Amino acid sequence: MALIELSGIERRFQLGDTTVRALAGLDLSISAGEYVAVMGPSGSGKSTLLNLLGLLDRPNAGSYRLEGRDVTTLSADEQAQVRSTRIGFVFQSFHLVPRLTAAENIALPMMLAGIARSERDRRVTEALKNFGLDQRADHKPDQLSGGQRQRVAIARATIMQPALILADEPTGNLDRHTGEEVVNLLEALNASGVTLVVVTHDPQMGERARRQLVMEDGRLKHDSAAHAPA
Amino acid sequence: MRLPDILRFARDAATGYPVRTALSVLAMAIGVAAVVLLTALGDGARRYVVGQFSSLGSNLVIVLPGRTGTGGFNPATAITNTPRDLTIDDAGALRRAPAVHRVAPLAVGTSEINFGGRLREVMVAGTTRDYFAIRDFDLAQGDALPEEDWNRGSAVAVIGATIRAELFGSAPAVGQLVRIGDRRVRIVGVLKSTGQGLGMNTDELVIVPVAFAQAMFNSNTLFRVLVEARSRDAIPQARDQTLTILTQRHRGEEDVTVITQDAVLATFDKLLGALTLAVAGIAAISLAVAGILVMNVMLVAVTQRTGEIGLLKALGAPARTIRLAFLTEAAMLSAVGALLGYLLGQLGAFALRQIFPIFPAYPPDWAVIAGLSTAIGTGLLFGFLPARRAARLDPVQALMKH
Repeated sequence: MALIELSGIERRFQLGDTTVRALAGLDLSISAGEYVAVMGPSGSGKSTLLNLLGLLDRPNAGSYRLEGRDVTTLSADEQAQVRSTRIGFVFQSFHLVPRLTAAENIALPMMLAGIARSERDRRVTEALKNFGLDQRADHKPDQLSGGQRQRVAIARATIMQPALILADEPTGNLDRHTGEEVVNLLEALNASGVTLVVVTHDPQMGERARRQLVMEDGRLKHDSAAHAPA
Repeated sequence: MRLPDILRFARDAATGYPVRTALSVLAMAIGVAAVVLLTALGDGARRYVVGQFSSLGSNLVIVLPGRTGTGGFNPATAITNTPRDLTIDDAGALRRAPAVHRVAPLAVGTSEINFGGRLREVMVAGTTRDYFAIRDFDLAQGDALPEEDWNRGSAVAVIGATIRAELFGSAPAVGQLVRIGDRRVRIVGVLKSTGQGLGMNTDELVIVPVAFAQAMFNSNTLFRVLVEARSRDAIPQARDQTLTILTQRHRGEEDVTVITQDAVLATFDKLLGALTLAVAGIAAISLAVAGILVMNVMLVAVTQRTGEIGLLKALGAPARTIRLAFLTEAAMLSAVGALLGYLLGQLGAFALRQIFPIFPAYPPDWAVIAGLSTAIGTGLLFGFLPARRAARLDPVQALMKH
C-alpha cells in the first residue's frame, strides 16, 4: 500500500488580481520507505507540495491519502495530531527555538504531545547519543555550529518516530562538508525504513535519491519512477 | 501538553525577553501598588475618624439645646440663642429614664487660669463626676470631681496634663489652690495625657463642677447633656426616653436635638467608605492601563515569535495548546506584577504608618482581593486577543518568518 497518494491536487493562490496555480492537477504516489527528491526551479510548486504533504496547507481540490486515510477532510486539530505522530520536518533554517537548549529542542515534540518527563528524558538521551550530540545537550542553538544545529533539528524530527520525514533544503545553509554529513544522516534514517522526501536545488543531492521528481509550473515534469520497471 | 510543561514553557518564553517582561510586570505592579496604597490611605482616614469618635465614649446619646443645631462639637455653638435653656435639672431628670445608665451635663466656656504669677487661657468644662466614667478619662494623680448635689458646685478642679506641666512644672499639683477667672479653686486631680478627643484637647482642659461653671460664666444653660445608655441595644430607647422627658419638662415643646453617636459614626463611616471606594476606582484605571500594556507586550511577542509559533504548529501543537501557552504567559506577567505590586503597596503602607503612627494606614482586605483579581483578570482578558491571534496564524506563513 502506498504511504502517500495524491490525486487531482489543486492549490491556487490569489496574488492581487491574478490567480496563481501553484499545483495544477497533481497525481502522485509514494510508497513507504521511499527516498524521493523533489527538484525544480523557484516557483515550480515544490515547497507548496511539501507543505501539503506535511498538512501545513490544504489543497483547493483533490484528495490526499496518508497511510490509506483521507487527511484533507480532517479538522485542524486532527491534522495537528497526524503531524505530531506521523510526520517529521527538517527546515533549511533549522527552526530551533533559541531560548531552549539542544536537549529541550529535541524534546519539544514530545512535550507538545504530552509525553511524560521520564520517557522524554530517556528518548532525548538516546537521540543525543545517536546523533553525536551528547556533549552538546545543554548548549543553546547559538552555541552550536550549523551542522550541529541541523543534527538537533533532525533528532527533533525523528524523536516521535514518524513514518515520513519532509526536508526542505536541509543542506541549503550548510557548507559542502557538513551538508554531506547531514545527507548521510537522513539517508541512514531512510535506510532504517522511514520515508524521506527532500526538496532541493542541489542536483548532486537530488541524484543521490532513489527517485527524482522534477516540477515545473505546478506539474510533475519528470518522475524517475515512471521509467523504472514496474 | 502537560500543565507543568506549559508553565515552564511560558516562564522560559517570558524570561527570554527580560526588558519587555520587566516593563509589563512593572506596569502591573504600579497599578496594584496604587490600589493597595490609596485604599490604605482612604481606609486609614476612615478608621482614624471612627476611632476619634469612639474615644468620646460608648453607647452615647447626646442632647443639644435647640431644634436646629445638629452641628458637631464646636464650643462656639454654646453661645446660641435657644428657645428654652437646657438646665441642670433637665439633665438630672434624665437619670430617671430606665434605659439610661449615666448622665453628665456639660457647660463649656473659656477662662484664665492663674498660679504663682503664671497665667494662661484655658477651656473650662463644667460637669459632674459621671462625666469621667462616660468619657473614659483616666486620672494621673488625685481624684475626679466629688460626688455631690449637681446644683452645689464646690470650688474644685481637675486639670489636663499640659496645663499641669505648664503651671506646676515638676511640683505637685493636687491640693494646690489656683485662680480661675476671679475664683479660687483647689486642684483635686490631674488627667492622664491622651492628646486625643474630637473638638477638645483634654490635655488643655480644666474640669470643674457644672454649677460652679455656670456661676462663673453667669449662664443657666448647658452646652450638651451626655447620656449613656445601659447597653448598645438600649440606645434607641434611651434616645426616645430622653426626648420624651425633656419635651414634658419643656411644656410639650420639642426644643432639643438628640443625636446618637452611632448615627454620627455611621455617617462618617459611610462617607469615608465611599471616598475609599472612589479612590480605589481611580487606582483601578491604572490597572486597566497595565492590562492594555500586557496585551501590547503579548502582541509584540506574537509578532516576534511568529516563526516559533509556526514551528510549534508543524510539530503538531493544536491551536488550543498555543492559545494556552500565550495565555499562561500573559497570566504570569500579570500575576508576578500583581504580587510585586501587592508587596510594594504593603511596604508603602508600612512606611506611611512609620511616618504617621497615629494614622492607621492598613489596606482593607476587599481592596487587596479586588486589586489582585482585577490585575490577573485584566491580564487574562487582554492576553486573550494575542493568544487567539497566535493560535490562528497560518503555519506556512508563520514558518517563512524567521
